[in-house]
Amino acid sequence: MTGKFSHQRFLIQSALRRIFASPLGGILNILVIGIALSLPAGVYVLLKNAQTLAEQLPGKPEISLYLTAKINDKAIESIRTRLAQHPEIAGSQFISRDDALNQMQQDSVLGDVIEVLDQNPLPDAFIVAPRVASATALKTLRDELAQWDGIALAQLDSDWAYKLEALIALGRMLALILGALLSLALIAVTFNTIRLQILTQREEIEVARLIGATNAFIRQPFLFFGAIQGLLGGVATLLILAAGIRLANVPLADVAQLYASDFRLQALGWGDSLSLLLFSLYLGWLGAWLSVSRHLSRIRPQ
Amino acid sequence: MIRFNQVSKRYPGGYEALKNVSFNIAEGEMVFLTGHSGAGKSTLLKLIAAIEDPNSGSVLVNNQNVSVLKEAALPYLRRNLGLVFQDHKLLFDRSVFDNVLLPLQICGFDPRESGKRVRAALDKVGLLKREKLNPIALSGGEQQRLCIARAIVNRPAILLADEPTGNLDADYSREIMEIFRSFHQVGATLLISTHDQSVLEDEGVRRITLKAGELV
Repeated sequence: MTGKFSHQRFLIQSALRRIFASPLGGILNILVIGIALSLPAGVYVLLKNAQTLAEQLPGKPEISLYLTAKINDKAIESIRTRLAQHPEIAGSQFISRDDALNQMQQDSVLGDVIEVLDQNPLPDAFIVAPRVASATALKTLRDELAQWDGIALAQLDSDWAYKLEALIALGRMLALILGALLSLALIAVTFNTIRLQILTQREEIEVARLIGATNAFIRQPFLFFGAIQGLLGGVATLLILAAGIRLANVPLADVAQLYASDFRLQALGWGDSLSLLLFSLYLGWLGAWLSVSRHLSRIRPQ
Repeated sequence: MIRFNQVSKRYPGGYEALKNVSFNIAEGEMVFLTGHSGAGKSTLLKLIAAIEDPNSGSVLVNNQNVSVLKEAALPYLRRNLGLVFQDHKLLFDRSVFDNVLLPLQICGFDPRESGKRVRAALDKVGLLKREKLNPIALSGGEQQRLCIARAIVNRPAILLADEPTGNLDADYSREIMEIFRSFHQVGATLLISTHDQSVLEDEGVRRITLKAGELV
């Protein structure tokens, strides 16, 4: 076992030596991989943050029913009963126009506005909590309630939350496409680096073949090279993302303050970071494997 | 140990390097392969190591028909052979020590043991004090001795040497033949191709002579 491990340590060391044989070239390669991966990963971070933001908003959809202006108590009572009996409605809360006015007067800005009005402009309202959750079912329910007698307007409050969700889904698809394309780029970068490596080590490969090296033995150093280069590219991605998030949070803090929020972009978690590293390692390995399979068989001892 | 049965080798373009060659080398034998350059000596050695395939006939090494071996089996054949090349084929990206270490790494030899093996081989060819140098810093004779150390480090049963004294002066040639003879004394089978007259003066060594691809 010690033998096996020390051979692997040797492979890792020699891969690192070869990656940085020309330090500038090695760093540039890693940077290319890092930048390529940081684009989809960056979009992913933004989406993840947008989702957290969306979850902080009133999650459950509500339907606000604004009643007609001169409605009498009996009509209100009949709406209350119909709401209570409706199978798709979990509960409802009545807010009279006086209550609504009181609430508004407590707000510093709106309160002043209300003061100058000589009569209460607000309607009576029900806040309805639906049992259904899907966007289409909610819309059907809203349309049904809007038809009822005594109801002036039915408003689906979480409408925009659904729009945001749809946008996030769109963004996720875009990130996926971007990720797939740039993963191909990463494989191509590794493919080419390994091709050059094989050419410069042609002599060594020939000699190794002559003294009894199996294909697996010859392939190994190149696979290690590709995997380690990919892994370092993944580390570069994480650094780029961390720096980008830090930079973006400075102006974002100002924006958030305007909305009285302390929202900040959150970096990738441990799990996501680890997945990213493993993914870039795997892509590097795959690029190397493709390149080695394509180019190695052409080298025969003379 | 090495048996050729009516072996012919024709290169693309029609050049016939070997014509109907048959011979047998017993285990533990030391044999010189002689003839002018272009007589087919290198081709014959390449057939044994399965670097080339014969067009007809069979090459048996250790009772194994080399020319029908599958690609995947070749490495294991070559691990039983020590190859000494006229152009050394040393790797200049690593030290003398690491050049000799390579065959042991390839065989997956225990790394704790391999250091001793490498130094024993280097000692045998008189390069022990040079282990940290890059082979580029060695003289032609030393490079050839390094190539021999690499060929013998995993103690192969058969040693094939292609013009090992080709570019060397008489003193160096003698040293190298001494190394071969000591390897022969411990039981290895040796086939040494040469057209070096000073080497061939050696009495009591069997010769196989090729002339224009045919045995003489």
